[in-house]
Amino acid sequence: MVENIGTIFQWLIFLGMAFTSLLASLLVITRKNPIHSALFLVLNFLCVAVLYLLLQSQFIAIIQVIVYAGAIVMLIVFVIMLLDLEEELRSGLKLFYSKVIGGVLAVLFLIGIIYAVAGTSLTGKTGSYTPDKISANVKVFGEVLFTQYLFPFEIVSVLLVVAIIGAVILSKKRT
Amino acid sequence: MTIPSVPPVLYLILSGMLFTIGVIGALTRRNAIVVFICIEMMLNAVNLTFITLSRFLQSMDGVLFAFFVMTVAAAEAAVGLAIFVMIYRSRETINVDEVNLLKW
Repeated sequence: MVENIGTIFQWLIFLGMAFTSLLASLLVITRKNPIHSALFLVLNFLCVAVLYLLLQSQFIAIIQVIVYAGAIVMLIVFVIMLLDLEEELRSGLKLFYSKVIGGVLAVLFLIGIIYAVAGTSLTGKTGSYTPDKISANVKVFGEVLFTQYLFPFEIVSVLLVVAIIGAVILSKKRT
Repeated sequence: MTIPSVPPVLYLILSGMLFTIGVIGALTRRNAIVVFICIEMMLNAVNLTFITLSRFLQSMDGVLFAFFVMTVAAAEAAVGLAIFVMIYRSRETINVDEVNLLKW
């Protein structure tokens, strides 16, 4: 029993975070006020960050909290407060045929995913990054990023510059 | 007896469920910002899949892919929200049913 205590905690954390993130994402798509949606989105991101910690990717977990739950949601909340979205509250969430059909197709998609995942075990080629090697997370990450993935890294820097220029030009007052 | 640790199947099913909830939200909501929030949620679910497979196949590539997805999501957030502000300035609404022309 004593040697199982770590595994029991792992299960408890996984189940708690899984249910909390599912609940938070359901609340995101059902709340009428967009501010509430954005704040439940933060809860969802934080739960997924804890799952990343459980999967031993500390660096991605921290980036998730800083970039997603910090920067992106802050931008979203800022824009929601900038715009006046009262009319959405009155119109509400009406059901149309297109929404019902879309929902049914999405659920079928989920069933397809579960069918594809549940029956088979992981068949990919196992790499060389064992958990104790990954525990030096940022160092390994940087090594791979600046050697094997150097070209995508440069592309991403160009992409960020383009995004900055695009955002500035779009939000500039037209003369 | 020893209890087995959390299998990768559960992580994959969880991320599939999060993705599906995001799809349903993006299809049913009419506020453009909420649609945008749902798209971020879907990107996040895909990231969870990448990290899970990278952990259980002991490869670093999935972590790198999640990193790049996050970068693209940040760029998309900046440009997308600027577009929403501009649409709101010219049309006084960001309801996606009413914004159906590319040029007005």
